Amino acid sequence: MIRLFANANYDFIKWRRWAYGLTAAIIIPGFALFLVRGLNYSIEFTGGTLIQVQTAEPVGPERIRSALDAAGIRDAEIQQFGAANEYVIRARLGRADAVVEGSTETTAAAVDSALARALGASPDHYKILRTEAVGPKVGRELQGKAFLAIFFSFIVTLVYLAIRFEWRFGLAAVLATAHDILSTIAFIRYLDLEVSLVVVGAVLTMVGYSLNDTIIIFDRVRENLRKFRRQNLYEILNLSINETLPRSVLTHGTTMATTIALVLLAGEVLRPFALVMTFAIFTGTFSSIYIAAPLLMYIEKRWPGEDARGARALRPAGSVPLTPPPSSGGSEARSKAAV
Amino acid sequence: MRTIRSRLIAIGGLLVLAVWQLIPTNVTQRVRDPATGRMKDTTIRRVPINLGLDLQGGIHLALEVDQSKGPVPDCADAIQRAEKVVRTRIDEFGTSEPVVQIQGRCRLIVELAGEKDPARAKSIIQRTAFLEFRITDMKNLFRDALPEIDKALRRAGVTVAGQGAAAASVTQLFGTDTGKAKGKAPKGKAAAKDTTDLNAPGALSSLLFQGQLPGEYLVPEEQVPVAESLLARPDVQRLIPRGIELRWGTEVLSRAGRSYRTLYAVEDRPIITGEYLQDAKATRDPLTNQSVVNFVLSRRGGRIFERETGRHVNDYMAIILDGRVQGQPPVIKSQIGQRGQIELGAKPLQDAQDLALVLKAGALPAPLTIIEERTIGPSLGQDSIRDGIRAGVVGVALVVLIMVGYYRLSGVLSVAALALYVVFTLAGLAGFGFTLTLPGLAGLVLSVGIAVDANVLIFERIREELQHGKLVRTAVDEGFKHAMSAIIDSNVSTALTAFILYLVGTGPVQGFAITLIIGIAASMITAIFVVRTFYMIWLDRRPDMATLSV
Repeated sequence: MIRLFANANYDFIKWRRWAYGLTAAIIIPGFALFLVRGLNYSIEFTGGTLIQVQTAEPVGPERIRSALDAAGIRDAEIQQFGAANEYVIRARLGRADAVVEGSTETTAAAVDSALARALGASPDHYKILRTEAVGPKVGRELQGKAFLAIFFSFIVTLVYLAIRFEWRFGLAAVLATAHDILSTIAFIRYLDLEVSLVVVGAVLTMVGYSLNDTIIIFDRVRENLRKFRRQNLYEILNLSINETLPRSVLTHGTTMATTIALVLLAGEVLRPFALVMTFAIFTGTFSSIYIAAPLLMYIEKRWPGEDARGARALRPAGSVPLTPPPSSGGSEARSKAAV
Repeated sequence: MRTIRSRLIAIGGLLVLAVWQLIPTNVTQRVRDPATGRMKDTTIRRVPINLGLDLQGGIHLALEVDQSKGPVPDCADAIQRAEKVVRTRIDEFGTSEPVVQIQGRCRLIVELAGEKDPARAKSIIQRTAFLEFRITDMKNLFRDALPEIDKALRRAGVTVAGQGAAAASVTQLFGTDTGKAKGKAPKGKAAAKDTTDLNAPGALSSLLFQGQLPGEYLVPEEQVPVAESLLARPDVQRLIPRGIELRWGTEVLSRAGRSYRTLYAVEDRPIITGEYLQDAKATRDPLTNQSVVNFVLSRRGGRIFERETGRHVNDYMAIILDGRVQGQPPVIKSQIGQRGQIELGAKPLQDAQDLALVLKAGALPAPLTIIEERTIGPSLGQDSIRDGIRAGVVGVALVVLIMVGYYRLSGVLSVAALALYVVFTLAGLAGFGFTLTLPGLAGLVLSVGIAVDANVLIFERIREELQHGKLVRTAVDEGFKHAMSAIIDSNVSTALTAFILYLVGTGPVQGFAITLIIGIAASMITAIFVVRTFYMIWLDRRPDMATLSV
């Protein structure tokens, strides 16, 4: 039988300050970059035109650029997309401009005719695989909706966790998830991924996934708090994280396997989504252990609960054995003895 | 033992239900006939999962009423009329399952799968609706011309394809009062004598059956493309009597197990057009309990209509929107002025409402603007499906490998449950009629990874209990019991997030959220219930089992 991390007894919480440093080192530069340069929003959000073309031979972006320049289409961005002979042409609408609805389609038609002039009109020379033209109004609506979705999911989670656990757990879980959103934004900024609706969907899935993971650990904390009356929260948290460690490794391993399969095999359109999901699994796991758990400890210290165990100590108690040794008596008997 | 049996029955029942949803069924689709380029209804067998536009290729359009030239007071009403107009035009697109739906208050979504020419689609949709009233061919001029047309067709070498049973002349299908038809038949044959084949039935007339009123003909659905191509021939066009034009109807009638399209011979001059129409409302006549449509014309329109209807009392009036006759032409009972009423008899009120919409659509106040357009080429869609499936297969294979390698026999149980999970999820998509999109496919692959989480939680718990020295049976029971709260809390919170995603998101994001929600439900059923049952059977067979392969 393969056993990974069975009976592990690592002092995770001790390393929390290192973890803060690490995550700050990732988030702060990424977020600064985000504030300065913003994100690479897809035309779904900015409004504009996207055209994906497949040419007979790999003509290179320069050739397409000159074709568009000749037709007077200046602000388009050209990118090779997947295969060597496929390109994506994006013309975003300027944010400040008062753009007339319908002008985006005119751009699409103009790009088509510019390509026809430069590459030859027949479908043997080039083929338009995909066109998207989004007016400015739709883009504005979508931005609002994405924000709303994240906001509401936080509220709902807070309420649900407050009912099922207590508000301190809920707050810690939501804060850890907020951390995940920040680090994912930093990740998206570093890789300069295009933020499309689907990527926003990935971020929202990450919210669910990260919460899911935090809840698994908190569920164990809840149980252990009942079981071991003598230990302080520091020890309980460490114990719970260690006990759920094999599950974390297995679940994240399998999920990561599927997202990496998506990154490598699912094609160019889904790649940003799959990359964000892969990172989300990483950051979700990290934050459950190093952000949510210590945060719970601080919250308990600041606003102590009934038994005020969180306030007792922020350091390991040392000699008390944490994991119950294998015995025929079972855990119930063991916990009674502890009381 | 008893509980095992009832559990197995429940699982079997669910499985049968799921497989039932996925059995390829006969689906009627309107598809483009490659030979003629026309639309026809065909029945095909396929697995009833709808593929999104991003997977099968096509055009997605979002339209709004153009308010740039002054605001439109009631845009919800305007968009309803626009929807009606677009629906009547949809046949021109050659799309198998067109989607026309109103989103929010005043936005119209049009999705045309497989359509490749966005410019054409847009021009058809944005064209202003044209409504006209025309008197049907009361003197049966067209029918009288049919023998000549048949003769011309025979000269041109057009023969009848597989219509052995049909007579040489317009056949009466329902035995209604159109007496003249029979008298004309021999004449048609006589006229055909100078051609080579004496007994050949008329190429065109054999396709037409006399309808219930003058100028109405029924064409068997499968013959519509043939009839259309015959009528489009220049030599046939020349022989259609002066002052008469042919218009197809929107209605499909089914009689004696066959479906027929209506074809109307109408006068080429409309007695009035939609520009004079001011309002139309559907109501139920309180006295007769009949569905009626009341309409109001402008003052000038009223004068024209009064003059025309005065000349045509007892004639039938076809209501034509965008070149298609809407419903069955009503009879003009008396002279009508500015206000008129169309009686629909015992037909449901819905029909009256539809007709009122048609009348109002003719007076569409403002054109539609396209605010969003996406065109996805069919090859791109196929690539997406292929890549998605490939990634899915590899991902699932990895999950299976990890689970069986790590948990051995218990892992095999979870993989069996995973197979059920995939079937349940797909059945959920098919059963609720949701559309599978590219992000949805990604959600499906991802949820396979997440689906094993519940099993992992349970197996780890069982391992812990075994380590504490519990007996196998107790360890399994305790493992399931203790893992339950974590499974439920974590899945419910994920489902809540997905639900919000569904409420707030649009199109592709909704597709993703739906697959995720169905996936979560299916994974909870399989992990908690199915795997538990497998364990029960296993332990039942081997009651004295000392070690568990987990």
